Amino acid sequence: MVHPPVADIPPGSLPSGSVPQVDVPANGLPALAPLPPAVPRQGSVVGSAVTDAVVSGLLTGLLLLPLVGFRATESGSGPLGLTYRFGLVAVFAGIVAVLRLVLNLTVWRRGRKVKTSEGPSAFATLALKAAPALRPAFFSFAIAYPFLAILLSGGLSPSRYWVDLGIYVLTYVMLGWGLNIVVGLAGLLDLGYVAFYAVGAYTFALLSTSVPVNDFFAGHLGEGFWTAWSFWLCLPVSGILAAFWGVILGFPVLRLRGDYLAIVTLAFGEIIRLVLINWVSLTNGGAGISSIPPISFFGVPFNATDEGFAAKYGLDFDSMHRIIFLYFVILALAALTALVTIRLRQMPVGRAWEALREDEIACRSLGINTTLTKLTAFATGAMFGGFAGAFFAVRVRFVSPESFTFMESAVILAIVVLGGMGSQMGVAGAAILLIGGMEMLRNLSFLKADFLFGPDFDPSLYRMLIFGFAMVAVMVWRPRGLVSSRLPTIFLKERKAVSSALVKEGHG
Amino acid sequence: MEVFLQQLINGLTLGSIYGLIAIGYTMVFGIIGMVNFAHGDVFMVSAFIGLICVLLLTTVLGMSSIFLILAITLVVAMVFTGLVSWAIERVAYRPLRGSFRLAPMISAIGMSILLSNFVQVAQGPRNKPLPPMVPDVFVVMERNGYEVTLAYKQIIIMVVTATLLAGFWWLVQKTSLGRAQRACEQDRKMAALLGVNVDLTISLTFVIGAALAAVAGVMYLMYYGVVNFADGFVPGVKAFTAAVLGGIGSLPGAVLGGLLIGLIETLWSAYFSIEYKDVAAFSILVVTLIFLPQGLLGRPEVEKV
Amino acid sequence: MASLDPVAGARAPILAVDHLSMRFGGLIAVNDVSFVAARGEVTAVIGPNGAGKTTVFNCITGFYKPSAGRLALFHGGAATPDELDAVTASGLSWGRTGAGALYLLERLPDHKVASWARVARTFQNIRLFSGMTVLENLLVAQHMSLTSAGLLNPAALLNLPSWKRQQKGAMDKALYWLDQIGLMERADDPAGDLPYGDQRRLEIARAMCTNPVLLCLDEPAAGLNPRESAALNELLLSIRRDHDTSILLIEHDMSVVMEISDHVVVLEYGCKIADGTPQEVRTDPKVIASYLGVEEDEAAVVEAEVGA
Repeated sequence: MVHPPVADIPPGSLPSGSVPQVDVPANGLPALAPLPPAVPRQGSVVGSAVTDAVVSGLLTGLLLLPLVGFRATESGSGPLGLTYRFGLVAVFAGIVAVLRLVLNLTVWRRGRKVKTSEGPSAFATLALKAAPALRPAFFSFAIAYPFLAILLSGGLSPSRYWVDLGIYVLTYVMLGWGLNIVVGLAGLLDLGYVAFYAVGAYTFALLSTSVPVNDFFAGHLGEGFWTAWSFWLCLPVSGILAAFWGVILGFPVLRLRGDYLAIVTLAFGEIIRLVLINWVSLTNGGAGISSIPPISFFGVPFNATDEGFAAKYGLDFDSMHRIIFLYFVILALAALTALVTIRLRQMPVGRAWEALREDEIACRSLGINTTLTKLTAFATGAMFGGFAGAFFAVRVRFVSPESFTFMESAVILAIVVLGGMGSQMGVAGAAILLIGGMEMLRNLSFLKADFLFGPDFDPSLYRMLIFGFAMVAVMVWRPRGLVSSRLPTIFLKERKAVSSALVKEGHG
Repeated sequence: MEVFLQQLINGLTLGSIYGLIAIGYTMVFGIIGMVNFAHGDVFMVSAFIGLICVLLLTTVLGMSSIFLILAITLVVAMVFTGLVSWAIERVAYRPLRGSFRLAPMISAIGMSILLSNFVQVAQGPRNKPLPPMVPDVFVVMERNGYEVTLAYKQIIIMVVTATLLAGFWWLVQKTSLGRAQRACEQDRKMAALLGVNVDLTISLTFVIGAALAAVAGVMYLMYYGVVNFADGFVPGVKAFTAAVLGGIGSLPGAVLGGLLIGLIETLWSAYFSIEYKDVAAFSILVVTLIFLPQGLLGRPEVEKV
Repeated sequence: MASLDPVAGARAPILAVDHLSMRFGGLIAVNDVSFVAARGEVTAVIGPNGAGKTTVFNCITGFYKPSAGRLALFHGGAATPDELDAVTASGLSWGRTGAGALYLLERLPDHKVASWARVARTFQNIRLFSGMTVLENLLVAQHMSLTSAGLLNPAALLNLPSWKRQQKGAMDKALYWLDQIGLMERADDPAGDLPYGDQRRLEIARAMCTNPVLLCLDEPAAGLNPRESAALNELLLSIRRDHDTSILLIEHDMSVVMEISDHVVVLEYGCKIADGTPQEVRTDPKVIASYLGVEEDEAAVVEAEVGA
């Protein structure tokens, strides 16, 4: 009797380490090598792969049939009609079937030797090795970025798109770092972070456009003072107010745990947005607040007058000066967030946050006031959200409730989780990947070429679709994010990364 | 009084829809302890499947019997939505089971984004209106020139909801599937050791939850006569509120919570301000979670030292 | 039974438990238990499973609010009965006394039992911060002494010299305890990676880093092998010898109890059935009956059989 190849045992049926990789010789003692009777033969690997491909293709077709195969089409003002796209369904089903066939025969092949790496993953080791260099590298690149953009795109004006993109990404880096304090360090799941972003933005928007405040400063410090200085004076106010709201919202919800906390923070975020929409007398409702004064170079406006930035420093006026300055402002704010967080982690309060994430009851047994600790985490995170909000308002010079939907919170949280909770560089990387990637998706206009999808194709429609898909895919691929290990805040001899298997995720 | 009665009728109708969606949340939370953020969008998808089915039956096959159309649409929507939900669980949640707690939640949020944008891309961003399906109303009482009406579609919604809930109740209380579900809720590992097929039970939980959401989706479509790709979020959150209010994990609680949320929403709109009706729903969610985290019919959670 | 008045006792008390009762719904977990733990001694609370030992502990450390009873903890020295009555009547949770201070633990929330009254505890199922290193665990424990200037201390934020000195003090203390438990080599390893026995000792060291006057240990020897158990005994004896810390422990392991405790309280079904030195308790018929599961009148027979 010839034994079938042992490598065909399904990977789940034996511990991966114990799967023998050589065929048992035909004269081997059967008693020593008992094999399950129904081990599939080599030939059936292809067979089962084909079956699997056909089944998954059919399932895909079935799944897509109702909503892709048919489309309810509007025809003028008349009733809806139906159009059919069965070909498209077949194409997708075919793609899935072929993909699964290929994967089943290669990567997912049964009995294929699966590399099981013990200890920290390759990413973690890499991150640990690169960690000391990563942060300076990131900030050096961030500082050089606008100049690189100008050089590479060949002038101030053409670089506008790239500098704008940099500002956009850095805003999310900062928001990610702010939320990271709450979610990554303290282990409190906050799905309403955008509320603090909104508080910051509206604080600045309302104060800077307020007539009484303007009149007050005009009376004491001269006309135009408020327009020139409002951002710099309102920035701390925005942060403090956001922190204050963090405490107010944080106080009642801190007894909640896990998903409940997430849902309540989500509800708070939505309540704030709905109030912003409906409190028309204060916020101008859905129409938003416009004509917010632009940012000034510490009181010197960016305009073409003799008093302006360009004239004062002997430059030719260019509207890009303001954009580049905005870039450095958000870079400084992001750096502030990072530095404060690094310091806080080495202080008792930061250690208490992490201890809270690890074990709340043990914290209480050591005399740590967990309520106060949670509130400081909430307030600190909210404060940075408020700073970012004020910056958002001064950059766009228009705020409306549209900008502060649940989707924003979800994106920021996705950045934190995708980056690896607690890791600043991971979060920065995730922000660049997600936000930069989403922006890149806007530029898929080449798909409009006639030989691809035709001019009617609107690639920007697919942005969020791909974004959602990417969120699911990344979570399935790396549930603990890009950088999953934790770096200790203090060490005696050697800084060793703590594997993600030991780091808790918090329960509140 | 007349206004109140009218709002009571409207609220119970709306509440039935919320209750049906809420069961999906509460069952999934009960069995794997996760908030299935994509459930609201599954509901929206089911309404679209219903829309396509109705269009197919009326414009292509030329059917005219409203009850036949509704019955077929219900079955088709339940089957296809169940399939969608099964696929979601299989692809986006099962690989993450037993891992990091946040991962399934992020995956679910991603799935919610994916579903609503998929429908937007596949069906277009505009509202999809249907001609009124069951336009007749039935005047319950009339006083001072104010008519309290009960639309036939409201009757249909309540009857269908009640019937399906009865069937569902039988399913989870009297069948081996229900017993397996309750066993998995208590202790998944132990259930598996005793021979319960945990994967299958969880899959079926998702399918049943989605099928009930599909009923809600078809009812929603019939009631409002219009559906949009963004319609998943707010009813989803309200249904979740209902599940929490009733006590998450408790099936009668989900239905009770749904009815309460429906009533509160319609009464609030009638007596206070319609603009703040969503704020009211969210506030109830917050207040319930803070002061009554176990809900009306749920079991309290005890902290172990 | 001996007089329960803490002040009348011969030994200076550190903790006086007076008529402590704890009910969970209809279940009475602890029923009118009174005992005194003396300063500088090791007091053991023993009893069969479900006797209410851990409940007593959770009441003392503030994790449960007792249904009835008084838990008085003395700093400096014992308070006079008048002082005790005055604080009890005042409705405050603490008061100054001639000898030092007096805390009524049942009136303090859990984290203040640790930070004000300076009662530290360990847990039956070890609760270390497993994702933090051994060193970090010991530094978190010094949270209170480092945050006297407030949670967001500006000196700390700017890393000023005054803060660096404070930080150095904390580090020195952590290193002292690392040395005491013999884990110096593993200071930079995550606590979750340590073997079980080391985790137990680390948890005790972490509790000691809070400068407690009373250290409550919940089954410290559970799950330890004989060698680890011996190391634990040594650690506990050194704590009693070298530090101004009294120890209250729950234990199943009789060898630990008999070897290191000065005073033993025996609970059964939520009630105290014996109280005395290890020798006294060992020969108490009620205790023997409770441990060997026989009726009280048969206990004498059993006693004779086991040769106690």
